Amino acid sequence: MTILCAGINHRNAALEIREKFAIGNHELQETLNHLRAIEGLSGAVVVSTCNRVELYASSITPTPVMDAIRRYLKSRTSGLEAPFYTDASLPSVKHLFRVASGLDSMVVGETEILGQLKQAYSTAAEHGATNTHLNKLFQHAFRVAKQVRTETSITRGATSVGSVAVDLAGKIFGDLGGRKVMILGAGDTSERVARSLVSRGVRTVIVANRTFDRAAALADQIGGLAVHFDHWHTAFDEVDILICSTAAPHPIVTREKLESIMRRHNERPLFIIDLAVPRDVDASVNELENVYLYDIDSIEEIARQSLNIRQAEIVRCEALIDTHVAEFMHWMHNHPTPSR
Amino acid sequence: MQNFLLIASTLILLCSFGYTLFRLGSGRLRPGRPNLAALVAVFVLLSADLWLRGQVLRSCPINSLFDVMIFMAWSTTLIYLLVGSAYRLSLLGAFTTPLVLLLLLAAEFAPMDRSPSIRELRDPWIEFHASLSLIAYGAFALAGLAGVMYLIQDRQLKKRKGGTLLYNLPPITDLGVANTRLIWLGLGLLTIAFAAGFVSGMQVNTIKFWTSATIWLAYALMVVLRQVHTLAPRRTATLSVAALGFILLTLPAIQYLSAPK
Repeated sequence: MTILCAGINHRNAALEIREKFAIGNHELQETLNHLRAIEGLSGAVVVSTCNRVELYASSITPTPVMDAIRRYLKSRTSGLEAPFYTDASLPSVKHLFRVASGLDSMVVGETEILGQLKQAYSTAAEHGATNTHLNKLFQHAFRVAKQVRTETSITRGATSVGSVAVDLAGKIFGDLGGRKVMILGAGDTSERVARSLVSRGVRTVIVANRTFDRAAALADQIGGLAVHFDHWHTAFDEVDILICSTAAPHPIVTREKLESIMRRHNERPLFIIDLAVPRDVDASVNELENVYLYDIDSIEEIARQSLNIRQAEIVRCEALIDTHVAEFMHWMHNHPTPSR
Repeated sequence: MQNFLLIASTLILLCSFGYTLFRLGSGRLRPGRPNLAALVAVFVLLSADLWLRGQVLRSCPINSLFDVMIFMAWSTTLIYLLVGSAYRLSLLGAFTTPLVLLLLLAAEFAPMDRSPSIRELRDPWIEFHASLSLIAYGAFALAGLAGVMYLIQDRQLKKRKGGTLLYNLPPITDLGVANTRLIWLGLGLLTIAFAAGFVSGMQVNTIKFWTSATIWLAYALMVVLRQVHTLAPRRTATLSVAALGFILLTLPAIQYLSAPK
């Protein structure tokens, strides 16, 4: 029995190509049926995410099956030439283990792919498209991913502005439920950060923008409240997190202004995320007690640190994966017979 | 047997502390079960040691400075086990370990009186006063450690550099709350202990009285000012660390003045 893997991913194909090959949920059953009809193929799992379209299969006649899979993939896009990768057994097994562990992801160590793999496997199993070898392979992949996440720092730290902000807010407030956020300047990045915070339980979002209509539109989208820009400080007393991204040429949150606000803040910490360039918040504000100010450079530096930590962990992850690949190949060697 | 119990406790704490330093050095510090397991083991061993010495002395074994050090190590561990998990401050174990280790090492190696003669049974109120005071000091020790953690986390957040400690220490708000609650706990226990001392009608040396009263007043002032939002969490943390230092420095003097002559 041979494990096969064919597909394209973010490394070898641009988005324009990947989107042509993408297999939507509504097409999954048809695709699985088509693959199962290939002579010699005894099981298949289809993984289709924004970064990859991959088919995992098991067969006792790998060469003709792989040719048939290639023909099928080409037929989906009217013969478009794409840089498919095709591997048999050992490289395929290793590839799946790396994908499950987040080593093959665009952001190394991200964990969303594991959920997507589990979903893909579960769909294939529900449609009766898996067999003993694929069941064993995917269960093993999930186990490897768990071990890699537990025993290394590959998922450590946040790697985007939004997730760094959420992590830092967690380190200041603990539970974000019930916290209040104010957005000064309704830019795209501040909106993304606010959405990340809302997804973690933030209760209220107040939006202040020089153009009130834009503030109202954003507030409407994220279930917040719009206030006129000139009155932002009047709505500030209960705010825990301030996100600034205005186009003002000089700081609009000065130390003097904040000192008087903080006196009414009942010693609650204030987390300020200044995403504006030039900066909206006077840097000396960070010296105030209970005030934690992060500008775009410091947030990006933390994200870079996390990525560096993850990169440094890759060698340890690969060593763990190699051990599991050898273990799985040993099992394959002892179980050569195909079974549904 | 008692020596064995103390040596075993010290070795366990040394291993646990060494392991924490190793994890910290390799950048993989995690709120650790090893610290919790070590402190549970040490609590059992020290309880056994106190019980054995209590049997010999026919009273609570807090007669010499050696006894007091062991008892305070035990009470600090007890308070950690009672409140550490309640506040989800598992890394507090990593900070408790060196303090308990320090107390045990001081008890075992510092030149001090360690074998007082067996005395007549003391007034139970005095026994209660002395032992509860040391348990209160255990709570203050934990408050001081939560204060240290608060100050480290505050520094990490202010530095804006990220790093291992930032991600592994608990949220700064939780540390501030734990710091204040532990001070409340210690103050409550110390108040009861002092009340028991007054009930017993014990004769108290003037220096001991004023030192103890200063400690009580300092903590009472901290919680009152904290309650009315006059004392910020950072200053409360700093003061709780300073107060712990004061307790550790004055403990030998108080014990000397309390010792039966």
